[in-house]
Amino acid sequence: MRAANAAKQGLRLLVILAILAIILYPLAWMLGSSFKSQEEVLSNVSVWPEHWTPGNYPEGWTHFKSAAVTFGRFFMNSALVAVLVVIGNGVSCLLAAYAFARLRFRGRKLWFAIMIGTLLLPSHVLIVPQFILFRQLGLVGGDFPYLPLVVPHFLATEAFFVFLMVQFMRGIPRELDEAAKIDGCSPIGVFRSVIFPLSRPALVTTAIFSFIWTWNDFFKQLVYVSQTERNTVPVALRAFIDSSGQVTVGPMFAMSVLSLVPVFLFFLAFQRMLVEGINTSGLKG
Amino acid sequence: MALTTTERPTRHSARVPAGSGRGVRREGRAGYLFLSPWLLGFAGFTLLPMLGSLLLSFTDYDILSDWSELHFVGFDNYRRMFTEDPAFWHAVKVTVLFGVIAVPLKLAAAFGVALLLNRETRGVGFFRGLFYLPSLLGGSVALGYVWYSMFNRDGSFNRLLGLFGIGGEGWVNDPDWALGTLILLAVWQFGAPMVIFLAGLKQVPAELYEAASVDGAGAWRKFWSVTMPMMSPVIFFNLVLETIHGFQGFTSAFVISGGTGGPVDSTLMYTLYLYIKGFTDYEMGYASALAWVFLAAIGLLTVVLFSTGRFWVHYSDGGDER
Repeated sequence: MRAANAAKQGLRLLVILAILAIILYPLAWMLGSSFKSQEEVLSNVSVWPEHWTPGNYPEGWTHFKSAAVTFGRFFMNSALVAVLVVIGNGVSCLLAAYAFARLRFRGRKLWFAIMIGTLLLPSHVLIVPQFILFRQLGLVGGDFPYLPLVVPHFLATEAFFVFLMVQFMRGIPRELDEAAKIDGCSPIGVFRSVIFPLSRPALVTTAIFSFIWTWNDFFKQLVYVSQTERNTVPVALRAFIDSSGQVTVGPMFAMSVLSLVPVFLFFLAFQRMLVEGINTSGLKG
Repeated sequence: MALTTTERPTRHSARVPAGSGRGVRREGRAGYLFLSPWLLGFAGFTLLPMLGSLLLSFTDYDILSDWSELHFVGFDNYRRMFTEDPAFWHAVKVTVLFGVIAVPLKLAAAFGVALLLNRETRGVGFFRGLFYLPSLLGGSVALGYVWYSMFNRDGSFNRLLGLFGIGGEGWVNDPDWALGTLILLAVWQFGAPMVIFLAGLKQVPAELYEAASVDGAGAWRKFWSVTMPMMSPVIFFNLVLETIHGFQGFTSAFVISGGTGGPVDSTLMYTLYLYIKGFTDYEMGYASALAWVFLAAIGLLTVVLFSTGRFWVHYSDGGDER
């Protein structure tokens, strides 16, 4: 009986490892390919390069030298947009969530229902009129083309995070609010001294996912960013193919690898939180 | 477990201190104060654009010419879409095909691996993280390129097939197969729904399995009579999420087809077509009409999903009346 069980466990582990190997192969292959020569990327199935070509990295880094910019600039641009979005989402979604989760006011249920409705609203539906709106406001192009990517996030348009924080706040005992009120706290005081400090885990989750999603976002950045020196990383990666005609695969993979490094670092640092924090938030409550 | 959480009755609401009349008014004001960023954002970046887009969908607006040259064309955009635009039907076909194949495959993979991982063995947390990794990275331009290179004529997938003596084709360049590579890329990211399944499996009460064992049920019977019904709300949740998510796939289709939806419109996802019409052809009136048809389709789909859910989703608290 025990031996049969052990065999079953072993088989289970073997199956898991086999699936994992298939799942991770494309990532490993990408990493390996970033060190392969042009011909080898296409022909070598193996993850391991035969002829190491670390030169792919400096070559990719300076690929846009005709525009006098390196990939360093694109990383700065992407980081700037992502950090601004993180701040915007954190502040505005927290405020809105407090109102929905804790304050009683006329029309709250209706607004809440509308907010939930916008969760299912695809951003693609809004892109054309939003683009026209920002263009009318004179915010498209220019030296700082990122306002259209950032400003909506300061107004809590990312309903997903509002919902996540509402769910989190519902888990904070109401007795704490009541105690603060008895001590003479106004609703603003309750927010400052109870809800805000206790919501830190939800804020961290929001910050991490805001960063990763903005970092990976392609659709909006493609629409709003066009000048080479203003490019964000995803837009620059795409321009790799456009600009060269002849695709330089090795350097492109080198920059692709670098583009994923920040996300991967977040993954290593916050693995447990990423996996548990976000995906199960919809299940609670 | 529902998107709309009903308000819980609060024991304390009866004894709100500080003279309830004034307290309630003050809370009302504070409520709108805290809500004001969201209200502004909703009005300015959701409601206004939606109404604007509805209006534009009845015009021939293109961003290049002046507003004064804008003409109302009635239902022309919609008529053209349904009767004169084969690319539109291509996009619909591609998107539906993608959704119908990718979503069930992805959910099946997610559920299967979740069942494998649902044991209290060491290292489960580590494995779970690794399975989740593609969900974090998969939507990026970088992975689009990886897929493109792997499924090229000379790509490593064909070399792999070659080891078994199978001659492959240029998958991403073949109209019959290009969408298949996109589906594979979507299924590869099964980690996100898998994590939700795992959380759900943990909540199935162990007593139910014990009771089933006492009644003489085998593993297979337990799966169908305990696991499946208890997991049906989670399956439903994932189905809704992934379906809506699936219909919006843009980046991978854009990268693999070089922004064209090719070869022969075979990867022309609806959102990609909308982008091409709006931002390559500058037909913003037409793109707005496309957007509204998309919105209507998503809305309809959600309604259909929720109404079929009544027949197969089992809520152990006796169902919900919402």
